[in-house]
Amino acid sequence: MYDREMIEELEEKRKRWEEKTYGPLKEKKGELKDRFQNLSWMDIAPVHTPLDIKDHEPLRDAGLPGEYPYLRGIHSTMYRGKVWTMRQFAGFGTAEETNNRYKYLLEHGETGLSVAFDYPTLYGYDTDHPLARGEFGKCGVAISSLKDMEVLFKDIPVDRITTSMTINGPAPIVWAFYIANADNRGIPRDRIGGTIQNDVLKEYIAQKSFIFPPEPSMRLTVDTFEFGSREVPRWNTISISGYHIREAGSTAVQELAFTLADGFEYVRWAVKRGLDIDAFAPRLSFFFNAHNDFFEEIAKYRAARRIWARGMKEMGAKKERSLLMRFHTQTAGVSLTAQQPEMNLIRVALQAMAAVLGGTQSLHTNSMDEALALPSEKAVRLALRTQQIIEEETGVTNTIDPLGGSYYVEWLTDRMEEETMRYFDRIERLGGVIPAVEKGFFQREIAEASYRLQQEIERNERIVVGVNKYQLEEPPEIPLLEMDEEGERIQMNRLKRLRKERNDGKVQRALERLRKAAEGEENTMPFILDCVHAYATLGETCGVLREVFGEYEEPAIF
Amino acid sequence: MEKKIRVLVAKPGLDGHDRGAKIVARALRDAGMEVIYTGLHQTAEMIVQTAVQEDVDVIGLSLLSGAHMTLFTDVANILKERGMEDVLLVGGGIVPESDVPRLKEAGIEGVFGPGTPLNQIVDFIRENVKR
Repeated sequence: MYDREMIEELEEKRKRWEEKTYGPLKEKKGELKDRFQNLSWMDIAPVHTPLDIKDHEPLRDAGLPGEYPYLRGIHSTMYRGKVWTMRQFAGFGTAEETNNRYKYLLEHGETGLSVAFDYPTLYGYDTDHPLARGEFGKCGVAISSLKDMEVLFKDIPVDRITTSMTINGPAPIVWAFYIANADNRGIPRDRIGGTIQNDVLKEYIAQKSFIFPPEPSMRLTVDTFEFGSREVPRWNTISISGYHIREAGSTAVQELAFTLADGFEYVRWAVKRGLDIDAFAPRLSFFFNAHNDFFEEIAKYRAARRIWARGMKEMGAKKERSLLMRFHTQTAGVSLTAQQPEMNLIRVALQAMAAVLGGTQSLHTNSMDEALALPSEKAVRLALRTQQIIEEETGVTNTIDPLGGSYYVEWLTDRMEEETMRYFDRIERLGGVIPAVEKGFFQREIAEASYRLQQEIERNERIVVGVNKYQLEEPPEIPLLEMDEEGERIQMNRLKRLRKERNDGKVQRALERLRKAAEGEENTMPFILDCVHAYATLGETCGVLREVFGEYEEPAIF
Repeated sequence: MEKKIRVLVAKPGLDGHDRGAKIVARALRDAGMEVIYTGLHQTAEMIVQTAVQEDVDVIGLSLLSGAHMTLFTDVANILKERGMEDVLLVGGGIVPESDVPRLKEAGIEGVFGPGTPLNQIVDFIRENVKR
């Protein structure tokens, strides 16, 4: 990009600056830290210049928005044409309570829904299962059957609003609840849109709500890809997620590398099944964290788009849409403090800004009280308002990829990509993603990074405001969410009534047919839909799959 | 030589958030304690059984799903039933301040929220271990 003469001159000047201008002052007065590092422990230089990106070719390495390699953004108009979807992850207690929360959020300007399920649901158990004890509605809404799903979306126009569902092990079943609900409301399947997380690989790596062993899990995932591209074309059948990898303590580089490695692994499995890459790839979506180091995060999103586009092209994708990395972002839950919780509003605003400058397609901003409990109405409204302020008041949406061309950001983007490639090599040497999971590779890498960061905090080498500096002795004074104490009883009664009123013969026959399909090689989705339509519960349907596929147990590494 | 303190770090229930449990387990080990980590998805009964088998002095429970009132209390109750009150029981996770007194009353002697310095947990265990 730069001519040689200019680079040579700059090299000399940069050297002189170091010796005559910067060096002496540093020597005399010192700097505040011995080393300046981001959250991936990369050393950051005092200043970046064209020298750091002298091999950067803007046309080859960046391109223009909406054009390969999509570094600058996946759409040619980006936020000038369409603002990111404001999608707050929400769910607690009964379907009724959560339905009210959704309506509240929509009233206040939210533009997409995102369902948080409780733990029993995440593991494919009904609310009345013994292992569900104490967990009903605690960190999400309890959905045990199509009946609950009907209540959850009552009076919500599912043909006009898209819904994201954070569900993995039992994703095909919960997705079937959503589809069946639309069927019953007379909405054609090609009119509903949304996302199921359905990313089992990161469950083994980080989030840990796995059910089945890797192979049958991957089979179910590919079943949803195939069914989705045929019957529910507006649905993202997976959200390949780095968020949880990061929350489990990884670095930004690890988040990027492990997530993309997972992404390419799904593509390989689907292609191996014989699916046309361009038939399912446009419905693959991603999900990243927005953590504290502002520029590192922005570089991460930019690098992600380029790595994905190049990799997909190499894997034989022809359609432009197959190359586009569309992603959702959530601000870092792990960065929230229970101490002086109002400070979290500020953390979230800065993290959200990084996500927007990084070109996210949708965004969840955490509420300030989430290190203490599920968000109250006021807290979640403020979190949503944060996004609205970024959109309406700051002017950052006026131009696309405003940091493109920054010496620092471009250098950091390249570094993120290089480090990712290094991880790809290591994963490949271990035999691929699943063998690496089974050897505990990802888990160990994350545990190391997480402990290293924590030790730096303990030694006050990293500051968390309010935790190891600027502490206050007073306990936090913010009102927390109170849930309906009767909720569990309401849910149990609905489940009991359902089991009594439905046609049991029909349920049993549907479950038997699903068992046969699961034992064979047919796509399981149509059979799951039959079970769900007959009002088989989540636990019953998932139970059949548990019997056929078995359950996964992880090595406990710390 | 003084006997090493033996600690069982346990994840009750279905919650998969294990960053905190793993960090605490390593910190206790680095502080010279012997640490056993149960892994995920333990019932209260399983946790107490492991505690008996491993003859631990301390059980540390970690839970971020919000089910601590039920699941922490379950472990405390089983310990009481078995006459194991000499095992120090502590817990941590996303626990609202208002739940802490009730947890202490139930027998969870130390409750540690997000941002607790690791040495505070180490010190608490050293000072309160009963055997």
